Amino acid sequence: MTNIQFRETLIRLGDDSLILAQRLAEWCGHAPILEEDIALTNIALDLLGRAQNYLKLAGELFDPVKSDDDLAYHRDAGEFRNLLLLEQPNGHFGDTICRQFLFDYFSLLRAEHLSSQTVNEYVAAIAAKAVKEIRYHAYYSSKWIKRLGDGTAESHDKIQGSLDNLWKYTHEMFAVDDFDRASIEAGLLPELSELKQVWAKRVGEVISEATLTIPSNPNMEIGGRQGEHTPHLAVMLEEMQVLPRTYPGTTW
Amino acid sequence: MVVSQEQLTKQFNAYVADDKKIEPKDWMPDAYRKTLVRQISQHAHSEIIGMLPEGAWITRAPSLKRKAILLAKVQDEAGHGLYLYSACETLGVERDDLVADLLSGKAKYSSIFNYPSKTWADIGAIGWLVDGAAIMNQVPLCRCSYGPYARAMVRVCKEESFHQRQGYTIMMELMKGTKEQRDMAQDALNRWWWPSLMMFGPSDKDSKHSAQSMSWNIKRFSNDELRQRMVDMTVPQAELIGLKIPDPDLKWNEKKGGYDFGEINWDEFYEVIAGNGPCNEERLEARNKAHDDGEWVRKAAMAYAEKH
Amino acid sequence: MSEKKNNWPLWEVFIRSRQGLGHRHVGSLHAADAEMAIGNARDVYTRRQEGVSIWVVPAEEITASSPDDSEALYDPANDKVYRHPTFFDLPDEVNHM
Repeated sequence: MTNIQFRETLIRLGDDSLILAQRLAEWCGHAPILEEDIALTNIALDLLGRAQNYLKLAGELFDPVKSDDDLAYHRDAGEFRNLLLLEQPNGHFGDTICRQFLFDYFSLLRAEHLSSQTVNEYVAAIAAKAVKEIRYHAYYSSKWIKRLGDGTAESHDKIQGSLDNLWKYTHEMFAVDDFDRASIEAGLLPELSELKQVWAKRVGEVISEATLTIPSNPNMEIGGRQGEHTPHLAVMLEEMQVLPRTYPGTTW
Repeated sequence: MVVSQEQLTKQFNAYVADDKKIEPKDWMPDAYRKTLVRQISQHAHSEIIGMLPEGAWITRAPSLKRKAILLAKVQDEAGHGLYLYSACETLGVERDDLVADLLSGKAKYSSIFNYPSKTWADIGAIGWLVDGAAIMNQVPLCRCSYGPYARAMVRVCKEESFHQRQGYTIMMELMKGTKEQRDMAQDALNRWWWPSLMMFGPSDKDSKHSAQSMSWNIKRFSNDELRQRMVDMTVPQAELIGLKIPDPDLKWNEKKGGYDFGEINWDEFYEVIAGNGPCNEERLEARNKAHDDGEWVRKAAMAYAEKH
Repeated sequence: MSEKKNNWPLWEVFIRSRQGLGHRHVGSLHAADAEMAIGNARDVYTRRQEGVSIWVVPAEEITASSPDDSEALYDPANDKVYRHPTFFDLPDEVNHM
């Protein structure tokens, strides 16, 4: 694994966290009940901290060195490497929960491997902290999947709709390109295709307990890892990056 | 032995005047209960509405560090709203009813949150001035005669100590920056200064609830006393980083050991309270939308709980 | 009434701040079920590492003594001064008893 390959992996990890944190932050002040406002914000804060850690590490591998803020605020959409799933708009509460749930179960498996690998100790340390956080996130999101799926007829239909819409982005979590291949061979990333089986089993259990069904064979969409994003990302970044871009060279 | 309401009230007043605490199940005069419900729920509503002007800048925070700090701060406000609703519920009212009054426009909340947050510097000004004024108001409430309210305020004050600092450091950073950034900071101070002084409420001579609340030890200092403290504390902080307080009448008064300051525009104050502030409608619309959009979620959770 | 049914019930929250201490009442919150109440209590009341263990109790399940009975309940303990160590005079030579 070359430095550039390592850096790319770090950016992917960082961008996943950053983009989802930014989406969850949009909820602040608008959740269905006060308690959920606080819960969603806690998850956003965990993700934001993780994004900073991964992006700082990635930034050190640039010449000259870049900060986490340089990477967050001074790249265009095409340079972001997050999963398409994570940039999808919040929609209603069920859409947000479904996005979170599908990602949490993947993210936990990935973090468990990252925390135990010995290729890079900094990554292991970030991931060890992440594992604890994601366990709670996964508990939270899966519980809500069950409440909404097995709640009222209305909530069942809504969350089934979320699942139907978002399922097409799940394949990308396990898709492997040359960068991933190098990281997997080095032992940094887990064998993603093997992860998929465990993920599918665990996610499937929750989904069936929630009385929901996995949509059959939608056309899977990928591209986020290569910078080919849905239009939602550019809109989100325009808002996120407005100040540093409007006033270049300033500190805040 | 039958004790008359008057005797009970007399005993209660003496007990409270002796700086003793009242707990939820204790006998209390109706007016005391009503005053508390009004004040605590208004306070809770203010925290919740207060999330909106700052919340609008979380997604636009200019660095990841600032984003995390602001997110944590606005989340604290949700927490504070929750502690306060929780204190209010010990008085025999339900949060849903209080929230319904907020959403229908019947309940009041702090007028300060009906002003817009136009630039990033507003986030600095809100933390520094609005939270500064809030802390000034809240610290004495930690000793308020009603136990659950006092305990909630202890928690709130402890958590809020970082809020004002985060605001002031935003202003500091801007004043160290480019001319555009300094102008942004000064402009925010110009817009938030007077509204933050209005946060202490009407002048003592016009405050209709003050005297009674003081005698019940719900309130410890008068509006004007607290306002004076705020001015005396803030002016040197502004000068230290090169900001100018937008008040031509501001002048140190050696004799009283404090600043003299200009007359507050009370017409504006009452206009905003009456619902004619720049953002009254927008704030209530946002809260109503969140509430309505969340209805099916709250229902689903109850339905699930009943099934399982 | 049917509308009230959708409102999440009130739970009282008790937190153990660290091992060795008892749980202490910290406030209340709303949740649809006990599991959610624990999660919400974690999010609301332990954001600054205030706890290592949480109890939640439906507010309506709590039975409280009435303040009207407080004289009968607590005043009789007033004159049992011999329950307190300071009641006993000991010679100065006896230390630390």
